[in-house]
Amino acid sequence: MTRLIMAALAALMLCVSMAAAQDSPIQALLQEHRALIEKSSRKTIQPAIDALRDSGLPEAQAVLEKWQAKDLWQRDADKLFFFGEKVDSKNYRLLDIATGEVAGEFPKKELNQLKPNSGVRSLIGAALVQFQLMAKDPAKRIEALDAIQRDPAEEHLVALAGAIEKETDPDIRDRKERLVRLLTISYGETEEARIAAIESFKGDLGVDVRGALNPLVATSREVAVGALHDGGNIATVLKPGSPEFSEAEAYDLLVSKDLVLPRITAVDRRAALQENITDARVGGVPVAQLNSEDARERAYQALAEAGLVRTAATQAQIAEALAAHVFFETYSEPSAAITEAANDTLSSINTQVGFNQFLDLTLDAMSLASIYFLAAIGLAITFGVMGVINMAHGEFIMMGAYTGYVVQQVIPDYTVSIIVALPLAFAVTFAAGVAMERLVIRWLYNRPLETLLATFGISIALQQLAKNIFGTQARPLTSPAWLDGALVLNDVVSISYIRIAIFVLALIFLGVFLFIMKRTRLGLEVRAVTQNPRMAASMGINPDRINMLTFGLGSGIAGIAGVAIGLYAKVTSELGSDYIVQSFMTVVVGGVGNIWGTLLGASMIGFLQKGIEWMNPSNTLAAQTYMIIFIIIFIQFRPRGIIALKGRAAGD
Amino acid sequence: MEKSFLTRNPSVLIFIACLALFTIAVTVMSEAMGSEMISTSFVKTLGKTLCLCLVAIAMDLIWGFAGILSLGHMAFFGLGGYMIGMWLMYARTEMIVEASMANAEIPPTAQEVVDAIGTQIFGVVGSSDFPVIWTFADSLFLQLLLVVAVPGLLALVFGWLAFRSRVTGVYLSILTQAMTLALALYLFQNDSGLRGNNGLSGLQNLPGADAIPQADISLWFFWASALALGLGYLLAAWVVSGKFGSVIRGIRDDEARVRFLGYSVEGYKLFVFTLTAVIAAIAGALYYPQAGIINPAEIAPIASIYLAVWVAIGGRGRLYGAVIGAAFVSLLSTWFTGGQAPSIPLGFYTINWVDWWQVLLGISFVLVTLFAPKGIGGLVDHFTGRVSPERYGADLGPDSGSLQEQEAEK
Repeated sequence: MTRLIMAALAALMLCVSMAAAQDSPIQALLQEHRALIEKSSRKTIQPAIDALRDSGLPEAQAVLEKWQAKDLWQRDADKLFFFGEKVDSKNYRLLDIATGEVAGEFPKKELNQLKPNSGVRSLIGAALVQFQLMAKDPAKRIEALDAIQRDPAEEHLVALAGAIEKETDPDIRDRKERLVRLLTISYGETEEARIAAIESFKGDLGVDVRGALNPLVATSREVAVGALHDGGNIATVLKPGSPEFSEAEAYDLLVSKDLVLPRITAVDRRAALQENITDARVGGVPVAQLNSEDARERAYQALAEAGLVRTAATQAQIAEALAAHVFFETYSEPSAAITEAANDTLSSINTQVGFNQFLDLTLDAMSLASIYFLAAIGLAITFGVMGVINMAHGEFIMMGAYTGYVVQQVIPDYTVSIIVALPLAFAVTFAAGVAMERLVIRWLYNRPLETLLATFGISIALQQLAKNIFGTQARPLTSPAWLDGALVLNDVVSISYIRIAIFVLALIFLGVFLFIMKRTRLGLEVRAVTQNPRMAASMGINPDRINMLTFGLGSGIAGIAGVAIGLYAKVTSELGSDYIVQSFMTVVVGGVGNIWGTLLGASMIGFLQKGIEWMNPSNTLAAQTYMIIFIIIFIQFRPRGIIALKGRAAGD
Repeated sequence: MEKSFLTRNPSVLIFIACLALFTIAVTVMSEAMGSEMISTSFVKTLGKTLCLCLVAIAMDLIWGFAGILSLGHMAFFGLGGYMIGMWLMYARTEMIVEASMANAEIPPTAQEVVDAIGTQIFGVVGSSDFPVIWTFADSLFLQLLLVVAVPGLLALVFGWLAFRSRVTGVYLSILTQAMTLALALYLFQNDSGLRGNNGLSGLQNLPGADAIPQADISLWFFWASALALGLGYLLAAWVVSGKFGSVIRGIRDDEARVRFLGYSVEGYKLFVFTLTAVIAAIAGALYYPQAGIINPAEIAPIASIYLAVWVAIGGRGRLYGAVIGAAFVSLLSTWFTGGQAPSIPLGFYTINWVDWWQVLLGISFVLVTLFAPKGIGGLVDHFTGRVSPERYGADLGPDSGSLQEQEAEK
C-alpha cells in the first residue's frame, strides 16, 4: 500500500517535473539539438553550441559550463537533460536545468552522462568566453579580455569577433578590435587576413604585438649536405667562421644532427691519454713529449687505431665536414609572405621603439641634468661668483639630506615633513655656511689653493661627524605618496614623479637665483663686491657682510638640494662626496660666474652620461669614466667653459 | 770658487745622515737581526712610511715648488703599485700552477699553464683570459719598465693637455681630481683587466722566496725604501737648487712674469709634473709589495688629498717638511685608527679615537692652514732665524704680494 502510494507520488512528481522541464525554453532548445549533443563530435557540434550561445537565455551559460564540466546528464526514460550530482556510487540526484529544483534521485544505470571530448570542450569554452565578453558588467568584460590576452588561443578569435558588434563601451570596443587583430596574427584563417593584421600593427609600441610577432620570425639553425635545396622558409645562409656563427658552433650543429664524428675536447683527450699510459709511453709517444697539442693528437690517433679509445674527428676532418655542408637559418613559420610582413612590421615597430627610447633617454638625461644642476647651483654661487673653492659643499648637501631624515623622524606625515624639511635644511646649511665663512674662509680670500685644502679639512671632519652621529648604514628619506609612481606615456616612455619634482625644483631654483642676482639689492651688492670689493666698499657696501650672505645663500641652496637628492638616493655620510666632483665639473664646464653656464654644463654632463650609458647599458662606472675623460678633453678647447666671462670681470 | 751642491744645501746632508741613522737603528732592532724590539709588521709599517715620505717629496716638488696643487699623484703611486703587482701576482701564480701541474702524469702544454694561471688570477671576476695589459706580466724587467713608463706617459699626456690650454690654479686641481676619479672608477670595473674591486693581492709573497722568512723580506724592502727615499731626496734637492729651481719657484709665484721673461712655462711645468709622477710611481712600486694588497679604493681622489694634507702639515716648499709631514701624520693616523690610542671617557660620552681621529685630523688641518701655513717644518726657521716680516699695515704696491708699509721701514 505504502509502496503503491510512493510509486504514485513518484510518478506524479515525475510528471510535474517533466512538464516543468519540457516547458522551459532551454530544455526545448537542447531537445531540438539532441541528436547532435548525444553524438557530440567536434566536427558536428558547432550548431548546437551556437544555438545555445545565441539563444539569449539566461540559463545558457550555466548549461554550457555544466556540460563542459561533464555534469550534464540525460535521463534514459524521456531523454531530458538534467544537471547531475553524485549521491553515492550508484545513485545520482538530478536538478532541473532551468530552475535548479531537485528532480529526484535516480540509479546511475537509468541515466546517461554526457561526456564531451576535449575538442568539444574547447569549443564550449570558446562559447563561454563570449558570454563573459558580453557580460553586462564592464569590469567582467575587461577581466575576460585580460584573460584572453594572458593566454591567447585559437577559439577565442571567433568569440571575440562575435562580441564586438554588440559592444557599447567605446574603450572596450577598441580593445576588443585590437585583440581580434592580435589574435588574427597567429590564428587567422587565411594568409591574407594574417598579413593584413600584421601590417595593421606597424609602428605599434605594445609589448603584446611584439610578443605575437616574434614567434613568427623565430628561426632555427639547420644544415644541408652539399647545396641548398628548395622548400622551407629560409631566413639566412650562415657562413661558418663568421662572428655570429663560429666554426665550433657549426661543427657542434653537425654533431647534434648525427652527421659527423664528434670531436674530443682537450680535457677529455688528456684524460684518455692519461688512462692509457704504458711503460711511460702513450701510443708509442713518450710521456715526456706530450707537452704539445700536436704530440697529443698523434698519440691519441695511435690509441684510436689500436681501438683503445673511440675515434674522434681530427682538425682536417672537421674542416672537410664544414666545407661539405651548407648551414642556414630557417623560420618555423612556413609562409614566406607572413615572415616578410612580420619582419617588415617588426622593423617599423623597432624604429618607433627606438624613437621612443630616445625620448625616454632624453627625459632621463633631463632629470639627471637637473640633479647635477641642483647640486651645482650652490657651487655656482660660492665658486662661480665668489671664486671660493668649497670642498665641503658636498657635505652641505649631506647635511641637508640628514636634516630631512631627522625631520621625518619627528613628523611622521611625509608631506608635512618635506614642507618643513626644505626651509629647515636651508636654515641649517645657511648657518653652517655663514659660520664657515666667518671662521675660516674669509682669512684665505687671496689664497685659493689653501681655501681648497682648508675646506677639505672641514669636509672630512663633517663626514666623520655624520658617521659618528648617524652610523654608516644608509638612512631612508621617504617621499610622500603623491610622488610615488611614474608618469607613463606609453610602453616605452615613462618618468617617475620624483624626477619631475626635482626637475621643477631645479627650474624654481634657477628662477630664484636669477631674481636674487638681477632684481634685488642683495644681488646688486653681490655683483659689485665680486667685481671690485674696494670700489664696492667705497660706495657704502659692506663687503664682509655681502661675502657672508653670499656664502650662506650658496650653502643653503646646497641644503635644499640635499633634501631633493635624498628623496631618490639613500642618505649616507658619503652622499655629498659622490656629487662633489661632478658638481665642480658642471661649474667648470659651464663657465665660472654664470648661472646659464651652470645650466648648460649640467645639461651637457647629464645628457652625455645618459648617452654613454645607453651605448653600454651594463656599465655605469665606465660611463662616468668616459664622461670625465670627455670633460678633460672638452676643457682643452674651451678652458673657460661654455660661457666664458669676458673683460675685466674675467680676472686673470 | 763656486760652492758645491751640498755646501749650498746643508739640509740634504743632515737629512741623509738622519735617514742613515734611522735605517741602521731599525735594522739593529728588527727581528731579522735577532732582536725583538721592533716587530716585523712594524718594520713593514716603517718601510711603507718611507715610501709615503717619498711620494710626499714628489708632491712637495709639484705643489710646494712649482705651485701646482695636483690631486692626482696618489693615482700615479697606485699605478706604480699595480704595475709591479701584476708581475708579482703572475710570477707567483705561475710557480704555484707549475708546482701543482708537475704532479700530473702528462706534462702540461704551455697553453695549459697560461690558462691555469689565468683561471687562478681572474677567477674572482668570472673570467680566465688574460687581458691585453697583462702581455708583459711574465717579465720582471719589462714590468719594472712599465712602473715608470705608464704613470710617466699618463702624466705627460695629461700634463701636456692641461698646461697647453693654460689650465691653472684650482681649475687644474679639480681637473687632476677628475682624472684620478676617472681612473679609480675605471679600475673598479671587473672588465678593466685588473680584477675590479678585488684588486691584486698576495703581493707580500715574493715569487721564489717562500723559504725566506717575512722578517728578512720586510727588512730588505725597508732598506730599498730608505735607499729610494734618500736618492729621491737628493734628486729633488738637486732639481730645486740652481737655475731650474729658481724658474719653477718663479712660476709658482707669478707665472705670467716668468712667461714674459721668455721661459717656456709649460715645458717646465710638464717636466716637473712628469718627474714627480715617476717618483710617485716608484714609491708605489715599493709600497704595495709591503702592503700586500692593492685595490682601486687606494687610487680614489681622497688619497691624493690626504697627500696634500701631509705636505701642508709638514710644511710645503721645503723638502724635509714634506717628509716630516708624511711620516708624522701617517704614523699618527696608524696609531689612532689602529685602536692603540686610549679612549677618553667624558662621563656622558666616550671619545673613541677610531671614530674621532678623522674629525681631529680635519680640524687640525684647518688650524694649520689658518695659523701655521709653514707647517711643522716652519719650526726649523725659529732655530735658523729665518723669520718672515710681520705683515701689518696697508700694501705699498698695487699687488697683494708686495711689501707693506711697516716692513719697508725696517
